[in-house]
Amino acid sequence: MGDVKKFMFVNRKAPYGTIYALESLEVVLITAAFDQDVSLVFLDDGVYQLKKGQQTKGIETKNFSPTYRALEDYDVEKLYVEKEAMEERGLSEDDLLVPVTVLSRAEMSALMDQQDVVLSF
Amino acid sequence: MLHIVNKSPLTNTALENCLNIVASGEILLIEDAVYAATAGNAFEAKLREAMGRLKVYVLQPDLEARGMGDRLIAGVTAVDYGGFVNLTISNNTCQSWL
Repeated sequence: MGDVKKFMFVNRKAPYGTIYALESLEVVLITAAFDQDVSLVFLDDGVYQLKKGQQTKGIETKNFSPTYRALEDYDVEKLYVEKEAMEERGLSEDDLLVPVTVLSRAEMSALMDQQDVVLSF
Repeated sequence: MLHIVNKSPLTNTALENCLNIVASGEILLIEDAVYAATAGNAFEAKLREAMGRLKVYVLQPDLEARGMGDRLIAGVTAVDYGGFVNLTISNNTCQSWL
């Protein structure tokens, strides 16, 4: 059993327009299976990944947003959202699919500095 | 003329560049550009200003996919895929701001 490392996944893209959001989720689940200390942060357009009410039938694409709700079953419970990014998009915590910790940009920077591994999407 | 934009207004300048250049005609927001037509986003004022001289449409399936079907800015017209096709027919030319 190796040391547990602090992994941070940085999500900055909106869902569906590119494959980044879905690919990030896939790697998060793999990492969690190895019992690592996983944090997900949502910056810039990444905040849109957590918007409630996604209905993808019309674009014939898999709606992967329910997966964020399943993350706690994999002991991935550290989800952080950039306060400024959320506000610039007219969103509040009530608009999000899952409970998150809202951080200012300064707090986000400090959290990044604490990580052993950072993966960017 | 029809202008088509598919990039988010807050992380890419495609829509802003389009609005800077285009004086009249119609614009269709698809894919991640639909966020520009949602209430409360930081680009809203610029889109509203453009709506004075441009007719703005948004692709409804892309809006719904992103959970934004209930917060479309008033004055923006939602169209389905058939409406998208009709816009490409009713305009002589199309420009995609990739």
